[in-house]
Amino acid sequence: MPAKIDVDLDNYKYGFSVPENYVFKARKGLDEDIVREISWIKGEPEWMTRFRLQAYQAFLQKPMPTWGADLSGVRFDDIYYYIKPTERQGRSWDEVPQEIRDTFERLGIPEAERKFLAGVGAQYESEMVYHNIQKNLAEKGVIFLDMDSGLRQYPEIVREFIGTVVPPEDNKFAALNSAVWSGGSFIYVPAGVHVELPLQAYFRINARDMGQFERTLIIADEGSYVHYVEGCTAPIYSSDSLHSAVVEIIAKRGARVRYTTIQNWSRNVYNLVTKRAIAHQEATVEWVDCNLGSKVTMKYPAIWLMGPGARGEILSIVFAGKGQVQDAGGKIIHAAPHTSSVVTSKSISKGGGRTIYRGLLKVVAGASGSKSNVVCDALILDEHSASDTIPTIEIEESNVAIGHEATVSKVSEEQLFYLQSRGIDEHRAATLIVSGFIEPVVKELPMEYALEMNRLIDLEMEGSVG
Amino acid sequence: MTNELIIKDLHVQVENKLILKGLSLRIRQGEIHAIMGPNGSGKSTLAYTLMGHPRYQVLKGDILYKGQSLLGLAPDERARMGLFLAFQYPVAIPGLSLANFLRAAVDAVKGDQQGNNGKPSIPVTEFRRRLNEKMALLQMDNSFAQRYLNEGFSGGEKKRAEILQMAMLEPEIVILDETDSGLDIDALRVVAQGVNSLVGPEMGVLVITHYQRILNYIKPQFVHILAHGQIVASGGPELALQLEEEGYDRYTKNANGG
Repeated sequence: MPAKIDVDLDNYKYGFSVPENYVFKARKGLDEDIVREISWIKGEPEWMTRFRLQAYQAFLQKPMPTWGADLSGVRFDDIYYYIKPTERQGRSWDEVPQEIRDTFERLGIPEAERKFLAGVGAQYESEMVYHNIQKNLAEKGVIFLDMDSGLRQYPEIVREFIGTVVPPEDNKFAALNSAVWSGGSFIYVPAGVHVELPLQAYFRINARDMGQFERTLIIADEGSYVHYVEGCTAPIYSSDSLHSAVVEIIAKRGARVRYTTIQNWSRNVYNLVTKRAIAHQEATVEWVDCNLGSKVTMKYPAIWLMGPGARGEILSIVFAGKGQVQDAGGKIIHAAPHTSSVVTSKSISKGGGRTIYRGLLKVVAGASGSKSNVVCDALILDEHSASDTIPTIEIEESNVAIGHEATVSKVSEEQLFYLQSRGIDEHRAATLIVSGFIEPVVKELPMEYALEMNRLIDLEMEGSVG
Repeated sequence: MTNELIIKDLHVQVENKLILKGLSLRIRQGEIHAIMGPNGSGKSTLAYTLMGHPRYQVLKGDILYKGQSLLGLAPDERARMGLFLAFQYPVAIPGLSLANFLRAAVDAVKGDQQGNNGKPSIPVTEFRRRLNEKMALLQMDNSFAQRYLNEGFSGGEKKRAEILQMAMLEPEIVILDETDSGLDIDALRVVAQGVNSLVGPEMGVLVITHYQRILNYIKPQFVHILAHGQIVASGGPELALQLEEEGYDRYTKNANGG
């Protein structure tokens, strides 16, 4: 039976779990045999097995990060690296086993799909158990598959691009993901095609001591547009889980990719993710990164502006409550002339939570005429909580326009008094102030997700005021 | 039970400094009172104390409203009982639109009176209609409702927004804290007209002001002079005019400081 741990249990509505009826569960821990076994079960081509094994070696050699959050609680030997929940993937929800379907029903995924999504992938443990895309998009050549199916059906595309944006050797967790990856999304949008509604993937961990290592590759061909949204939740266990994803995005000339994350892991998940995008000439990449859950998050979505006129935007919200460390931010590298970027980070810490904005802004020599503006605002709700801003700025080019601004504030007594003087109680007043604080980012979300974000903030704010 | 506001021998300190030293006043429904006083006389302290600002500490005396002591009640509880303070310096809340704020406030004040916020008190369409109507009254453009509360508002816009809130919340006791400050004559006229259109036999009003000017528009039956934390003179409207001619010197010099 899952034990409950001391968190604001009532405020996390997704902490339930269901019995395990899995078709395959690898033994705990990681070695070369496990890596081979995962590849063998998936029936992968030999080059992928080699890719995995090389990555495993890199994982062994790479040190744990010595900066950032305390990762001493990550016990690599106590994790299940691969769990196959079902024999096959469903194209309709009826084909998904009852218990798993019920879980996603409770999370509202099928309903969202019917209402406002162009396609949905649902990952449960290590595999995508459901995947579907609107027929008209498939007819236009849009590919939206789980990564394993992508590898089976389009091996040449996957082989050409996988590991080119985030090499396995990039860091210990990118190496780990490259060795044991399973699931995630594979998206290809043909030149000129605009996918008007978002594609969504939802990631659910159910088993105790689970490690989830999805791998996502998005290729937006010239002049195309796609908005990808990911959400995630997990049950509450007394032992920690690990989620370590890699996301690679390639936006070709004039393409626009927006990638939105609403991360709401339970507070026993280490969330250590590497996300990076390449924007070619005149392309636009936008990361909208909202982190509310997890025990520890270390994640810095990156954009490499590789072609003239490329644009990058990072919009980040983090909320750290009791026992949480949100070490997040973003990286922008201006590697071509006339590129532009905007970073807007809003962090909130409460009840002893800790937020860190960690950012890199780099302009390489020759990227003349580039512009960047970075704004980091932190809101601290009580004296037990903390926030740090660690921006790194490296400018090798003189003809640039760079702005950087950071603020740290508290919910002021005057603001609370003003709202209270209009009949609004203290808790609601604090929630309105926090919602206002993140509004510049929330307004960028599609309406349904904006409502969801505000609802999650309400839950996070429940029961205490600064 | 009556709706009168009774201030009894009020002693208030702020950050260990005694500001109000035995102020008494009674405001009945339908009455307009003005409190006039020079800078530092305790005018804003009185306003904040009535509304329950946590930094203003009542050492002695009482504030009674509807037969109940307000001491110990949070500002939001006082607001839900029918008190309203129009701020001299309204506070900005970035990211919170005036419309969403008003919606939350109206729900809190007019929703069920148990302090159970978030329950819609009136349908959205009705809320919208009333908001547009009141904004028209105050000569505010509809787009104003989408701006963030007091953020980047001019002095005049802030004061209009205060009166708009008053109009939407329909309080029974209104305290106007230096509402005329920072207003040019046209803005003052609009704001005063807005206030006058809301004042009625149900409402008690306390106008706190340094200058007599606003009293040409919002006409009090009772005028009190505040100096050194006490009411040192009371009278009718003629007292304000007299003060305008003679200045505060007579009142401030007589008192022996504090």
